[in-house]
Amino acid sequence: MGVPLVAVGPGELDLIALTGAVTASASGDGAITAFSGLVRDHNQGRRVEFLVYEAYEALAVRTLQRIVAEAQQAWPDTRLGVHHRIGRLEIGEASIIIVAASAHRANAFAACRYTIERVKQIVPIWKHEHFAGGDVWLEGAVADPEDEAARQAAYKIACA
Amino acid sequence: MRVTIRLFARLRDLAGSGELVRDVPGPATVQSVWRALVTEMPALGDYERTMSVAVNADYARMSAPVSEGDEVAFLPPVSGG
Repeated sequence: MGVPLVAVGPGELDLIALTGAVTASASGDGAITAFSGLVRDHNQGRRVEFLVYEAYEALAVRTLQRIVAEAQQAWPDTRLGVHHRIGRLEIGEASIIIVAASAHRANAFAACRYTIERVKQIVPIWKHEHFAGGDVWLEGAVADPEDEAARQAAYKIACA
Repeated sequence: MRVTIRLFARLRDLAGSGELVRDVPGPATVQSVWRALVTEMPALGDYERTMSVAVNADYARMSAPVSEGDEVAFLPPVSGG
């Protein structure tokens, strides 16, 4: 059974497996970069106990595929994999993993960074934070994939 | 005509359900589906300024047409990653 390059689901994330899927049968790669986003124990002065992630799964997968296509257009020699976890996650667990492979390290780093910035802008996934004394839905960016200024901002951060 | 409305995160909590089936008069747009929903559940109205919308799991605009059987989703600002 193959590991998909893009996935959203409740299973524990496996960086080794995703790296294998991204690099499979490619001998021209000179660099692999990986990013893992972790559940941290504090946020905005609150002591976080755990997070519950919710997704509009069909659109989340589609939007991740869009982001991968954007990155590959910006850095044509680059290949990407992204898995996002949903459901209840404990402190220290990975909520997202991204792997970028490229002939050159600069492009691998940039594509990886671009991908996480775009995920935070436009992928329909939400954190429900459970902290000491309550819970709150976190709301970040108003998702608009056609917002070119947002896309440019992510690109600039990726190339900084 | 019948449409399925999907709500997520805090919008889902406010509505008490993540999936509603509603009859709306045609021809419908995302905007007219939203108006009918807010008439039924005024507490959702504040999200009009910050939400995104989707039709059949594809991002859309409020002016997008909605057909019989479509799935219309209303999405609060996202916080993935």
